Amino acid sequence: MPRGVAITMLRTMIEVENLTKRYGEHTAVDGVSFRCDPGTVTGFLGPNGAGKSTTLRMIVGLTPPSAGSAMVLDTDYRRLPNPGLCVGVLLDASALHAGRTGEEVLSLAAITIGAPSTRVPELLDYVGLSKSAARKRVGNYSLGMRQRLGIAHALLGDPQVLILDEPANGLDPEGIFWMRGLLRDFADRGGTVLLSSHLLHEVEATADRLVVIGSGRIVADGAKEELLAASGTRVRTLDPDALERALAEIGLEVSRTHDGALIVDASGEAVGRVAAAGGIVLTELTGADSGGLEELFLTLTSTPREEVAA
Amino acid sequence: MSAVATTPAAAPLSLPRPPLARLTYVELRKMTDTRAGFWLLFVIVAATLAAAILRMALGDESQRTLQEAFSVAQLPCSVLLPVLAILCVTSEWSQRTALTTFALVTKRSRVVLAKVLAAVVISAMAVVLALLFAVVGTIIGSVVFGTGTWSMSLTAIGESFLLQLIGTLGGIAFGMVFLASAPAIVLYFVLPTLWGILTSIIPGMDDVAKWLDLGPSTNDLSEFDISGLGWAHLATAVALWVAVPFAIGLVRIIRREVS
Repeated sequence: MPRGVAITMLRTMIEVENLTKRYGEHTAVDGVSFRCDPGTVTGFLGPNGAGKSTTLRMIVGLTPPSAGSAMVLDTDYRRLPNPGLCVGVLLDASALHAGRTGEEVLSLAAITIGAPSTRVPELLDYVGLSKSAARKRVGNYSLGMRQRLGIAHALLGDPQVLILDEPANGLDPEGIFWMRGLLRDFADRGGTVLLSSHLLHEVEATADRLVVIGSGRIVADGAKEELLAASGTRVRTLDPDALERALAEIGLEVSRTHDGALIVDASGEAVGRVAAAGGIVLTELTGADSGGLEELFLTLTSTPREEVAA
Repeated sequence: MSAVATTPAAAPLSLPRPPLARLTYVELRKMTDTRAGFWLLFVIVAATLAAAILRMALGDESQRTLQEAFSVAQLPCSVLLPVLAILCVTSEWSQRTALTTFALVTKRSRVVLAKVLAAVVISAMAVVLALLFAVVGTIIGSVVFGTGTWSMSLTAIGESFLLQLIGTLGGIAFGMVFLASAPAIVLYFVLPTLWGILTSIIPGMDDVAKWLDLGPSTNDLSEFDISGLGWAHLATAVALWVAVPFAIGLVRIIRREVS
């Protein structure tokens, strides 16, 4: 085995263990553990206020944890001598000095970490900020432009790891599509991405793994496919009560979505057979994939204290 | 080469950390690259020039010397540079740039040290600026009024540097204690004055006041007329108004959650 591969396999890109943050009585982050591997995009999902940002700030050493630990590249982030050259961080795209130009923001960071000054125009171009936009003061930027600048900022030091908090916020649909491609490409070339979002849809198309947090606790953690498969079959019928009864009789777990569909923890064939046997008319029968993740997300976050095996 | 060409990963712990000189340069640049910073510096330069020329134009004959022009020319800097120094710290929090600053340089005391060194550099530049404009003023004085004289003691340069340094480091210290521009700027100017008033009202405080009141001793310093006991008064007052807030602020910045 080539040596380089062995080193890559030994290194943990991001590893969070039992991370906890208490503010007085309130526990914002409660024993959070997960890890991110090279070549993957991990979606860190949860409703607003679930503890995503606090967790990310603890990973990069801006918030001292009450308990637990976080390692980036096998190291406590705060002990990295020049983190900008190995970890790209975007925590809040609006945390920029309004009176500075976009170009100047990047130049200052490039000087700080020792990145060549040619990286600045290169990255401005890469994230789609025109020369005239780059010379404008950040105070005049839209949130979408700030996100693009923030991504450029994170990529300045050609990092191996990206940690991004809600990077799609404020981006238009074209921008979201662009961001997906960028992150996918980054991961496909061996990079590690951890990105948070409160919108499933943003993460669904890009992520390989999902870590879902609700009220400060991890409620689901696994490969996207596994989590999707676990959500079973979505079925609509003219007589949902009858179908629910019939399914329950043979011991299948059934739940109802807010719009009246049933989610059954079984294959589509099994559900179809039960319906046929009972003479129940089905109007829709699908694997709960696209919409299923949304249901999963809503269920998980509305009952945050229940652990979900994945 | 694409913008995100992933080069073979270097061992993260062996990467060189940003040298202090570079961080200091970044802090100096951050003082000047915003609109607020630019105009503040513009006003400082204009006021310094105006002060030096006005001294020559309006002073009586004994005051038309290089040293007098220098003594007056340094005053705008001694009042306004502390504001620049305060903003250099507080803007990190009000504009929330601390989030990126401390993500790139995790050892927060190094960022503080870079700000202190930037304050030292800008204090030295203030002395050079005041001296330069004092020379301009004196030339104008001797040409227009025929009275400008070139006398000046060399210790004045060192004393002027110290005056600027007390101002900028005091500004950094106050900025670090409050981490918000408005209270830091207001209290930087108001607190020492209030202290002076209080100690003059309360009987028996006179003796203490001499040691802890920054006003009189920096005033002597700015007139290049400070000696023996004056230096001791200055030292204790600086300890109270610069060193103590700096120590409090340092602990605050290092411990504080950045969000």
